[in-house]
Amino acid sequence: MTSLLQLQSPDFETIGYSFSEGSRPGNKEHGFYPYTDNGGSTLGISGSDFTILAGDTRSVSGYNINSRHSPKVFKIGGDDETGEGAHIILSVVGFAADGQALKESLDGIVNMYKYQHGKPMSVKACAQRLSTILYQKRFFPYYANAILGGLDENGKGALYSYDPVGSYERVQCKAAGSASSLIMPFLDNQVDYKNQYVPGSGEGHALERRKPEPLPRSTVEQLVRDAFTSAVERHIEVGDGLQMMIITASGIEEIYSPLKKD
Amino acid sequence: MNHLPQAWGRPRDDVYGTYDRSYLQTSTPNSHTQSPAVTGTSVLAIKFNGGVAMAADKLASYGSLARFTDVKRIRVFDKTTVVGFGGDISDMQYIDRLLDSIDVEENYSSNGNTLNAKNVHTYLAKVLYKRRSKFDPLWNQILVAGFDDDSKPFLSSADLLGTTFSAPHLATGFGAHLAIPILRRLFPEEMPVENIGKEEAVAALRECMKVLFYRDARSLDQYSLAVVTSDGVELKEDEKLEAQSWNFAENIRGYGTQVN
Amino acid sequence: MPGFDFSNYNRNVALHAKGVPLPKATSTGTTIVGCIYDQGVVVRPDTRATSGPIVADKVILLRSQSKFNCEKLHYIAPQIWCAGAGTAADTEFTTALISSNMELHSLWLGRQPRVVTCMTMLKQYLFRHQGHIGAYLVVAGVDPTGIHLFTVHAHGSTDKLPYVTMGSGSLAAMSVFESTWKPHLNRKEAIELAAEAIKAGIFNDLGSGSNVDVCVIEKDKPTQLLRNYLKPNERGQKERTYRFPKGTTAFLKEKVITKEDIGKYVTVQELSSDEDVAVVEKMDIDT
Repeated sequence: MTSLLQLQSPDFETIGYSFSEGSRPGNKEHGFYPYTDNGGSTLGISGSDFTILAGDTRSVSGYNINSRHSPKVFKIGGDDETGEGAHIILSVVGFAADGQALKESLDGIVNMYKYQHGKPMSVKACAQRLSTILYQKRFFPYYANAILGGLDENGKGALYSYDPVGSYERVQCKAAGSASSLIMPFLDNQVDYKNQYVPGSGEGHALERRKPEPLPRSTVEQLVRDAFTSAVERHIEVGDGLQMMIITASGIEEIYSPLKKD
Repeated sequence: MNHLPQAWGRPRDDVYGTYDRSYLQTSTPNSHTQSPAVTGTSVLAIKFNGGVAMAADKLASYGSLARFTDVKRIRVFDKTTVVGFGGDISDMQYIDRLLDSIDVEENYSSNGNTLNAKNVHTYLAKVLYKRRSKFDPLWNQILVAGFDDDSKPFLSSADLLGTTFSAPHLATGFGAHLAIPILRRLFPEEMPVENIGKEEAVAALRECMKVLFYRDARSLDQYSLAVVTSDGVELKEDEKLEAQSWNFAENIRGYGTQVN
Repeated sequence: MPGFDFSNYNRNVALHAKGVPLPKATSTGTTIVGCIYDQGVVVRPDTRATSGPIVADKVILLRSQSKFNCEKLHYIAPQIWCAGAGTAADTEFTTALISSNMELHSLWLGRQPRVVTCMTMLKQYLFRHQGHIGAYLVVAGVDPTGIHLFTVHAHGSTDKLPYVTMGSGSLAAMSVFESTWKPHLNRKEAIELAAEAIKAGIFNDLGSGSNVDVCVIEKDKPTQLLRNYLKPNERGQKERTYRFPKGTTAFLKEKVITKEDIGKYVTVQELSSDEDVAVVEKMDIDT
């Protein structure tokens, strides 16, 4: 793989020290580019008996705000448009049209499964299916970062994170979208307790790591809100509103709260 | 006569020599629209208590040339929905034909359903997304206004990439830069739509059209104005801007050190 | 040697051709506006009757702080100020240079500096550099010839209008001016109008945000700088505390320096509790 990357173009070396305009890299071709970035950020955290998915509600193009209320977290496998009866949640961030198409195709598949098998699709199966949907468009990808949430067969919180072409893994927490590089280190520290050691447990490097334990729901909700109030301060594409969906054994709860609008 | 349909209507080989069929060749790649040609600028729309208002000027530009000055960029669908088009005019006319055909189809079908604005918007968004996925986009941004399934005012946008979003007030093109700040200032998003009167909404749109005429070089002072309420669509297609103020220009001398 | 140093130019072009990207300069996504106003026509029964109607000369220059509260209004002369958009370093250094030249010029002439002089110096300097200096400025001020308001673009063009806007939020701000400006504003109305324009930039343009600064320049009065005139974007309160217990961080080496040792180099001050920490330089930290 690395050798392929290094090959680039055969005359790569000869390009150097050429001062003519023509050989400058990045000659512009004016054509149709089928993607755009609608900004925003999402984040998911799973607990012992719940999963939270959250996203801001701003939709962006360039320096403009398209809409201040454009949700990024959806219910999957619901009976109608409201998502009533759903048991899986999905967040998508990136190119909104691809995100919408991805959500609709997964929703259709989960519903068809229910009609054909007479039982709801498990989160595990749904997670695998989402991966294949993404990979089917390997060479014209959905430009969207998806996070899938639900409860696994043991009733524990399940969270799956995806890249745009279908690579996925089960995780405890994940941030995606434009402010993911701001939020993810915060989650590493506050959820996985990375770089935190038990005070007085040893000398210097022999310190004992602080062990992560499943967090209670109230703590996780606070962490989610704090992550977003911080992201809003430092990322221009994040703001306006926070949408949180919490899935527990008793169903899906949806909470909206305001964020800064500048 | 030759039995090959390809030869029908063409000069006979034995009389005129072999027909030059090079121009019939289909082996060249299909060329798609890679840039718009004749274009329309802003479309503005706002929700109010019991309906939606929409405005778009009547100019169609060819680059910087003001090519046509009487183009109607707002069309009515099924007496309940209005669709406003920004972007390429020929693609607009194609979509107009698509809408005509589904309108006819729906009216002749016996299921008794009618399509509301939400349905039309979903349809158009799918058409646009499908075309962008074929790398053959319809070069438009479209606003759809009317009512949803619960008979509440509906306003939503769809563009050439298939991106959709919805807000209490929307604008395409230059309007997204100049009109949206005005509309958001007058009617903040958190303000319930029920508190906005029809007259207020229409007055705000007229004010925005004026600001756009001041500052958008591809705009015109004549525009179409559509108001959708439960009573139907009221579409006025020869509105003109009123009470423009250019008086301040008299006191301006030059751009720098000039005084007289 | 004065001026810019081009000795690395050829090396950088060669590096660029090999695919090394140019270092990115900080750009000030900003809304800046300016608005001239007068107090209307005041006829006063006093000794100045011959000079006709007296105009109270005031200029208001407003700007939003950029998203991250970093830049400032630029001083040119006591009664001439600049608000800058574009490349942060360029606005800073260009205004500093012109400010210096303006002071020397006014000392040489023995006269008050004029706004047109500043505008002309700026446009000639920027034109000479053909847009490579990315400074977009609003120049405003009062001088013996009256009140003035200009915009200067990076390529050297200028404009003179009763109200101007610049920066990424210029269209949002201009929409407010174009829909609500009227001639003969008074001081209060002008501040409010310009603040509304800035607010339109803050809320509709992603490049602009935070608070509003105001600078009011009036004839025969000291220039007023109202920092954070409006604060529509107070920082959100955190729901949890993020204070780590002492000893949370691992370390490789430990070295203890006693108070006596460090006292040789710095002044040591005894503190009784957390509360009376002496604030030398304040820093914003999350609580």
